[in-house]
Amino acid sequence: MKLIFEKHREGRRGFSYGECDVASPKPLAEKYIRKNQAHLASLSELDVVRHFTNLSRFNYSVDTNFYPLGSCTMKYNPKFCEQITSLEGFSQLHPLLPQLSGGGMLAQGSLEVLYESEKLLCEITGMHAFTMQPMAGAHGELTGVMLIAAYHKNKGGRRKYIIVPDSSHGTNPSSAAIAGYEVIVIPTASDGYMDLVEYKKHLNNETAAVMLTCPDTLGIFNPHIKEIADLAHKVGALMYYDGANLNAMLGKCRPGDIGFDVVHLNLHKTFATPHGGGGPGAGPVGVNEKLIEFLPISRVVRRSDGTFALDYQKQKSIGYIAPFYGNFGVILKAYAYMLVLGKDGLISAAEIAVLNANYCLAKLKKYYDLPFDKTCMHECVFSAARQAKNGVHAIDIAKYLIDQGFHPPTIYFPLIIKEALMIEPTETESKETIDAFIKVMIEIARLAEEDPSAVTNAPLKMPIKRLDEVRAARQPDLSWKP
Amino acid sequence: MSYIPHTQEDIQEMLSAIGAKSIDELFKDIPASLAPKSFNLPASKSEFVVTQILRKLAAKNATGLVNFVGAGFYDHFIPASVDAIAGRSEFYTAYTPYQPECSQGWLQAIYEYQSIICQLTGLDVSNASLYDGGTALFEAMMMAVRATGRNKIILDSGVNLIYRTMLYTYTSNLSVEFVEIPVVHGQSSREELFKHLDDKCAAVILQNPNFFGAVDDHSDIVEKVHKSGALAIASVYPVSLGMLKTPGEMGFDIATGEGQSLGIPLSFGGPYLGFMAVKNELVRQMPGRIVGSTVDSDGKRGFVLTLQTREQHIRRQKATSNICSNEALCALRAAVFVSLLGKDGLKELAQHNYQKAEFAKEELSRIKGVEVKRSSPTFNEFTVLLPRHGDEVVHRMIEKGFACGFPLGRFYKGMDNYLLVAVTEKRTKEEICRLADSLEAVL
Amino acid sequence: MNIPKNLFYTKDHEWARIEGKTAYIGITDYAQHSLGDITFIELPKIGEELKQSGYCATVESVKAASEVYAPLSGKVLSVNTELAAHPELINQSAYEKGYFISLEISDVAEKTKLMDAASYERYVEGLTK
Repeated sequence: MKLIFEKHREGRRGFSYGECDVASPKPLAEKYIRKNQAHLASLSELDVVRHFTNLSRFNYSVDTNFYPLGSCTMKYNPKFCEQITSLEGFSQLHPLLPQLSGGGMLAQGSLEVLYESEKLLCEITGMHAFTMQPMAGAHGELTGVMLIAAYHKNKGGRRKYIIVPDSSHGTNPSSAAIAGYEVIVIPTASDGYMDLVEYKKHLNNETAAVMLTCPDTLGIFNPHIKEIADLAHKVGALMYYDGANLNAMLGKCRPGDIGFDVVHLNLHKTFATPHGGGGPGAGPVGVNEKLIEFLPISRVVRRSDGTFALDYQKQKSIGYIAPFYGNFGVILKAYAYMLVLGKDGLISAAEIAVLNANYCLAKLKKYYDLPFDKTCMHECVFSAARQAKNGVHAIDIAKYLIDQGFHPPTIYFPLIIKEALMIEPTETESKETIDAFIKVMIEIARLAEEDPSAVTNAPLKMPIKRLDEVRAARQPDLSWKP
Repeated sequence: MSYIPHTQEDIQEMLSAIGAKSIDELFKDIPASLAPKSFNLPASKSEFVVTQILRKLAAKNATGLVNFVGAGFYDHFIPASVDAIAGRSEFYTAYTPYQPECSQGWLQAIYEYQSIICQLTGLDVSNASLYDGGTALFEAMMMAVRATGRNKIILDSGVNLIYRTMLYTYTSNLSVEFVEIPVVHGQSSREELFKHLDDKCAAVILQNPNFFGAVDDHSDIVEKVHKSGALAIASVYPVSLGMLKTPGEMGFDIATGEGQSLGIPLSFGGPYLGFMAVKNELVRQMPGRIVGSTVDSDGKRGFVLTLQTREQHIRRQKATSNICSNEALCALRAAVFVSLLGKDGLKELAQHNYQKAEFAKEELSRIKGVEVKRSSPTFNEFTVLLPRHGDEVVHRMIEKGFACGFPLGRFYKGMDNYLLVAVTEKRTKEEICRLADSLEAVL
Repeated sequence: MNIPKNLFYTKDHEWARIEGKTAYIGITDYAQHSLGDITFIELPKIGEELKQSGYCATVESVKAASEVYAPLSGKVLSVNTELAAHPELINQSAYEKGYFISLEISDVAEKTKLMDAASYERYVEGLTK
């Protein structure tokens, strides 16, 4: 499809402000004015709308395709949650209003949303307080690690290391590094769990924290998790919970009860706010009492008269993680979702998510290598090692699935599994959809034996074929040039 | 209501395929000792009931005030097409475009967004966006630290205090040293700045227009900064770039800023849009996702995420940043917004903002006791010195239906009587005149 | 797998060609093959001091970034500037046109820590089993 700049027609305009209702003043001095004009396309409104509408039709999305992307929880985004954010009372509110004298009274509705969301998340996770400021999961991780650093600094010694398993998501070690810590990576043992012997060897009083995902990135609940937490606490280290997989745990287990001290959640995963093609999301961070005093400024408090206010008094706070209170528009959607689902709905979500993933596991284990043959939780990880022997790799399987109208599962993650295929159906997908997916996966396994090139040549039915990513990296073309 | 399609029949069929007798059996790996100590959540409610609850909350927010508060986040008009496009679920229910063959819509849209940011800022390459203007500024600063191997940062106090505070927060565990250039009313103090410029500086950070609304031409500063081997970073207001000299024209190495003004609602603090554009030689240091153009096996043009080896999912602890996501949907809004306006519309928008602010300055300076600060040229925001404490005046004006401005005493010591007033294209002549009349009455 | 007899090798698949007091350094055929199409290389600067087994360079392919370590200690004398525009030279000619740098060897005795061609060949065979 043509680029929007290639549809330019001099003189066209999509949106006009009309006549200005005040007189023209003296212009700014020449030296402040831009000389090089911006080469932006001039288009009519229909040109613009048709261009982007047509672009939208080139995407696979949850609303159009089954999207079993492991670790991302691509569940259905309820439309009424979208509708709520367009209420002018929420969308038009300037974030600085509460900082005007008496301004808190101007934002009572939004302050209540923040306060109540925090309370719900506390109960769901077993934590004592949340900061809603982090604007994404990775941002929440960084915030969490900064809180850990503040805690240790306050006790007199920053400590040096953060322990992560080798199956962790890449943001775990990168967040730790940005917060100034060195990362120690513990291998996964042959039973599929973090190697306890290696863990104990590396755990000492220079360990600041242990970062874990639970269930882990293999989709399995680690039965030793409480022991891992207790051992960490014994040496004064903190336990950090990466909440990417919380969807499996809703109502079944709470990270706070296991002993995690810091938790980050992904509202765009577990709490059904849309992924938006890569953002915006929200990554609120929960803590227990040990860490409350370090939470970012500001916090929403409830006064004795029932009204809400912002508390800026935080001597030990780590500071400002975000310009204001977090991605309010995203938090609002998650709040609406939590209210609609309620206790029973959240528990059902976990139950059916786990049911759907185990169904995939049971139906596919004959055809694909299963690195760890255990009951999985909300996602299952296969290996395409068997198919790879015939030249059909995980990436080929992904491309063939695209041709059949399915978004592929996550591939090549976790790194510890060769040719990994991570399937997370989520609870909002029906049995028929999953059966259709399984049928194609079985067909791929057959083709890998009988006619591998049918898979390796995919995709053939999409508007474009496989793209030259090497060229994109060697000769970067990152912007249209006039 | 839980959006789950399964019937009891479905569940039974699936359980027997799995070989389990009940769903509970699937959770057997969780020991009983780790069952939730409590899970006291309210029962599920219908969408209808929840909509009512939330409408009531929305009504508790005061959005009827005529808004003259800016301070980095502006009340601009958003054309309907922006919502229509961003509301297409093929866009918003998709994930990050890691599988390019089924995400060409998103990839092309982001490529176009990147190109637009380059045209706006006058720089060579843009990334696919960052969380907001503050985190974008932090990332820019870290790029300079990595590229120069130095760790001293000269930070102008005209940079939004919120962003400066964010920089301090993010660097609290890193060995970065800040020198803040004291506040001078209006444009940056060259004298103060050059005093601190030496071979330990990684970067100088400036804002245009600055927090007081002052417009400047930083070319002279940038030249000296380059001579000392440091990088020049500008935090800019995108709507102003429809009129003002661009960071590219001034020679800046990196431009960042808040893209909220490009079609994104104020929404009480987020989601927003951090943009970043850099000179070509810095592209491999740039954090965040980047979309590039390439060809497929048939030679057809297509788009992919590229230069991913900078990112966390490959470099892990050696990544240029821990950023995993961008603000794709907000970037899409900005792309649609700018496309609707085109270069002429952007000029028109900037002109209206400038014009109305100049008019407001005239009206307010007629009020006895009110002094409109004119030591520097301004764009759509300016400072006003009141005869009384800003907080009190603002409070009284709220009662009259105006959010008349941001009291600078909140952010700057000794500026209690100063007010920062923003005027966008949404403010009518009538509203501006009423603002002046009401302020006069209050004073 | 091409393993020239006159070179020395490391377990991380770097090679060194020693010419008097100078060593030319690069990565082996095995390494370029497992990395895939190389898209970018980050090299040290002329004059930089490298340590044996210490960080030397970073090689990037589309999906991975790998660190390259110095087989010997020394000061960097020259850097292969062709690689900036043509990283594919590493894939096409790992031992000749795709060399990374040359350095002035600071301690010739360090050579004993390296493998000769035969040992490296056995090592690689062990890996591919």
